[in-house]
Amino acid sequence: MGVVPPPDGLTRCGDTAPGAAGGAGESTRRPDGVLKVTGDFAYASDLRHEDMLWGRTLRSPHAHAEIRSLDTAEALALPGVHAVLTHADLPAATHYGLEFTDQPVLADDRVRHQGEPVALVAADHPETARRAAALVRVVYEPLPVVHDEATATAPDAPVLHPDRDDHHAAHVPHPNVVYRQPVLAGDPTHAVAAVVVRGDYTVGTRDQAFLGPESGLAVPAGDGGVDLHVATQRLHADQRQLAPVLGLEPERVRLTLGGVGGAFGAREDLSTQAHACLLALHTGRPVKMVYDRHESFLGHVHRHPATLSYEHGATLDGRLVYVKGRIVLDSGAYASSSPAVVGNAASLGVGPYRVPHVAMEALALYTNNPPCGAMRGLGAVQACFAYEAQMDRLAVALNMDPVELRRRNALTQGDTMPTGQRVDAPAPVAELLRLVRDRPLPPPRPWETGDGVDPRALPGGLANSSVGEGIVRGVGYGVGIENVGFAEGFDDHSTAGVRLAGDRMRRGEPGPWRGNEAAWNAPGLRLVGGEVVTPRGEVLASLAEVLGEEAVERELEFRHRPAEPFDRATGQGFGHVQYSFCAHRAVVDVDIELGLVRVVELAAAQDVGRAINPRAARGQIHGGSAQGLGLAVLEEILVGPDGLVRDPSFTDYLIPTILDVPPMPLDILELAEAHAPYGRCGAGEAPTLSATPAIVAAIRQATRLPLTRVPVRPEHLTGT
Amino acid sequence: MEFLRPATWREALAVKAAHPEAVPLAGGTDLMVEINLDRRRPELLLDLSRLAELRDWRRESGTVRIGAGVPYRTVIDRLAVELPALAMAARTVGSPQIRNRATLAGNLGTASPAGDAHPALLVAGAEVEVASARGTRTLPVEEFSLGPKRNALAPDELIRSVAVRAATGPQQFAKVGPRNAMVIAVCAVALALRPDTRTVRAAIGSAAPTPLRAREAEEFLNGVLAEGGHWATGRPPPPAAATRFAALVAAACAPVDDVRGSADYRRHAVRVLARRTLDRAWRARAGAEGAPA
Amino acid sequence: MRVTLTVNGRERSADHVWEGESLLYVLRERLGLPGSKNACGQGECGSCTVRLDGDLVCSCLVAAGQAEGCEVRTVEGLADADGRLAPIQAAFVETGAVRCGFCTPGLLLAAEELLARVERPADADIREALAGNLCRCTGYESVLDAVRLAAARATAPAADPERRP
Repeated sequence: MGVVPPPDGLTRCGDTAPGAAGGAGESTRRPDGVLKVTGDFAYASDLRHEDMLWGRTLRSPHAHAEIRSLDTAEALALPGVHAVLTHADLPAATHYGLEFTDQPVLADDRVRHQGEPVALVAADHPETARRAAALVRVVYEPLPVVHDEATATAPDAPVLHPDRDDHHAAHVPHPNVVYRQPVLAGDPTHAVAAVVVRGDYTVGTRDQAFLGPESGLAVPAGDGGVDLHVATQRLHADQRQLAPVLGLEPERVRLTLGGVGGAFGAREDLSTQAHACLLALHTGRPVKMVYDRHESFLGHVHRHPATLSYEHGATLDGRLVYVKGRIVLDSGAYASSSPAVVGNAASLGVGPYRVPHVAMEALALYTNNPPCGAMRGLGAVQACFAYEAQMDRLAVALNMDPVELRRRNALTQGDTMPTGQRVDAPAPVAELLRLVRDRPLPPPRPWETGDGVDPRALPGGLANSSVGEGIVRGVGYGVGIENVGFAEGFDDHSTAGVRLAGDRMRRGEPGPWRGNEAAWNAPGLRLVGGEVVTPRGEVLASLAEVLGEEAVERELEFRHRPAEPFDRATGQGFGHVQYSFCAHRAVVDVDIELGLVRVVELAAAQDVGRAINPRAARGQIHGGSAQGLGLAVLEEILVGPDGLVRDPSFTDYLIPTILDVPPMPLDILELAEAHAPYGRCGAGEAPTLSATPAIVAAIRQATRLPLTRVPVRPEHLTGT
Repeated sequence: MEFLRPATWREALAVKAAHPEAVPLAGGTDLMVEINLDRRRPELLLDLSRLAELRDWRRESGTVRIGAGVPYRTVIDRLAVELPALAMAARTVGSPQIRNRATLAGNLGTASPAGDAHPALLVAGAEVEVASARGTRTLPVEEFSLGPKRNALAPDELIRSVAVRAATGPQQFAKVGPRNAMVIAVCAVALALRPDTRTVRAAIGSAAPTPLRAREAEEFLNGVLAEGGHWATGRPPPPAAATRFAALVAAACAPVDDVRGSADYRRHAVRVLARRTLDRAWRARAGAEGAPA
Repeated sequence: MRVTLTVNGRERSADHVWEGESLLYVLRERLGLPGSKNACGQGECGSCTVRLDGDLVCSCLVAAGQAEGCEVRTVEGLADADGRLAPIQAAFVETGAVRCGFCTPGLLLAAEELLARVERPADADIREALAGNLCRCTGYESVLDAVRLAAARATAPAADPERRP
């Protein structure tokens, strides 16, 4: 291997630029902004250590197979290879998991999804590691593949986890059901309505597609423990899962946040963590693991695909009487955060509307498809696409304006959710809809310029597929309800976290404010006694210097109120800390002959409680909306009935470019949330919900097609 | 793996003669993907990117000769007048970064049926100059692609240049992809009107194992245009004939179902694009010659 | 093999380079310049964008040996020697175009190249020029703001109190 520069990456994380001035409510620069434009910000994949080895994971090519034999001799014999580990080499616990401990660290006698880790290699160069992984001889005996509800719950279906001992196992209707949650309100069995609409909907599997690949650098420590620098969302959850796998006390498994590079939920589960640590402890050398994009697609959980069936009943004047719905989510081979996803889908499944009678059911299946877990708006995104499609269908049946129908049923403060939880904070659903509806519409035929036709403003863009032929405009609306938590580590809690800590510090509250360490988002930096320090204890700046001298306007103590689990049978319970609402209006130009869509404008209105950093709040809404656009018209992980992913690359899994995302004007309401510090309310998730149904509604208006599936593909618009 | 950097074209041909397994590398936009993602491990890389003689392009009588090392960016910036369909196709290739590196010769060498340049070359009329230590030969671009990822190069041959006939009338190129930029063609159509020979050419990409000309459609439309005196009057072909032409272009497809699109969609979209490119080209001709539209 | 090239004005060499390595790998792993990012390895994201003899390229698709003797400009070379941010860098920080930041180095190089070619680009020009650089966080609105801001400042170079490193 070549010259290794000094391991400076580990310490190069501080930002001493006094960029963040002002108090809560004023736009400020990110504390890591300057480092990120100079290239000096150390992402986990940038970290290096003298004498480090490169780790590599060998993964299953099959979705479901028995492992007949596994031979590592040839791989180990390759010069430059320092270790090859299999299930047999695991020192302690063999499984981990976020909610259930159902995921093997390395496959034992069976693989349950394509890409399941089977063996690990540590070598002196990434290429050596790749060659060695290819030399591990594995004999697989393929097994029948469980790939949907019918194959998962058939009488003779292979049971994917026959030895389940999780706390839901005794309550599920079939062992291949991870978790099921009904929500019942009123008297749905006897409710009758003058107008009834029914619909079946499908949401495809999608990927978070963060740009920074999964990366970890594990450094064995003198005390027999390990120091892991890793891009993750939850250091503490990682540590809880890692320690038993490594057979170490938690205090000897020390995790430091490496620069993250986007997450969107995909970094809640372990990826490189256990593997890098096992290789480091085995070899006694630092080990770095970085996934390439192909491995990233196979190596992290996705958004659950879903099939959803709904029936909405309403009075002739457009008041909802009842909603009955069933949401089947595919968890893939392992549970990950599926119970939370199911809980959201069930409890938020009727949307931001007042409904007297409700019968919702949501469940997640074990299959041999890629494992699914957290992604921005989890569970709520899938439901929102379906219930908003239903609202549009109902509007048609009632011959009523779709915004007016929504406003008539809009949830407001004081209303009760189907779970029995009273909405005790502002819920300006009708107002958000009014704001997006009342905006002036963008001008028609934007591609006509003084000089002729600009294809860049047309569906197809640079491809020249239309110079104005076949274009029909459509306008659609969507609104969503999302629950909000206060998990740290989400993007843009970084500035908010620092701001709040700064305000508390200036009030003379004693430090350290450890709660903000993870939120700082700069690897290794900590707040200690009001000072920003590096892992070596070097003081970079005082918080006062970083934050400036602005007066503190309000003083709030925050301990988020307790939530409780939903009742297993009825779904009743105070399950959510806070709700968040966003409405979108989408304007699209559709090439109805080619089935290509150009989103012309995507306007949003959202209540953010209190914008601690308005620029960051806007950015969250823009980013969430763009991801909603991706689900509407582009992004799907295509999985065949064989359980194999057909498009694990950025060549085929298409995320929106700057030519796909339109101008996104915003109206931001700041109706302070009484149950949160500074009145803040999560901003990033709700826009991901409502952008998708708004865009699809606009395409429906342009094409007059029912469109019950996202993403909408050209085939769906052309009947091909 | 070995990395060879010949200093001259002659040296490159000598290396290729001695090591037919050597894989030529120029823009790298296909080959490096395969190396990065561990799909291919050539024993020998033959770097052609520093050969100045391949970077040349020049106008010859009625053609433009484009060296194998000329990137798409140059085609877009410098050759849009002589080679309009090729320039339009070039603008849809990948991203600006890709267009700065990727070459016409690379598209031919890779021989992917989805290569954006192929339909444009087919309608313009082009010859591929290939060379080896044994000598030089040219072959019509129609005969170059043999199948997916297969071309007519002998093991010791390299592409030296592509001679593309300069347009004598309007040309069009259009492709379909679900994203507005940086997308591989689901299908593509190119069309050229040649008033000098009173003929039309149409070609499709990404809708058959190789890029191909829709000859039956061409012959049909040539007949219609001749019979109706359209070249002389400038009147557009009757709508029924344009529709029939588009259907014949679509009939020339032999598409597959894949992650990028269904076979049925490809056939359908090719028909739509054929009609649109014909209408646009004829409109441009009317505009250019002041003939009645 | 040994590869020698000029990076941000300094001649640099790397030894024992494996022939299949990309320019990106050499920059990141051998020359201590990890500012250029690897997010896809196939030219579909632009995170690895650098200037190679002036041309905007994906460094993951340039074989290391092809960069022999070339001039390379990376994100590490944008700020001046005193650490003063280039106008496009300052604009990115100020408009909030930097979020997770993984796309930022590539976007900066692409935006800088655009502004050197086109003084006052229209939004459509900005979109076409940056269409090879994926961003997953911003929805691109603040990226457009940043390029517009930098363009406006370049053409109206009056003293701007906002501009500071």
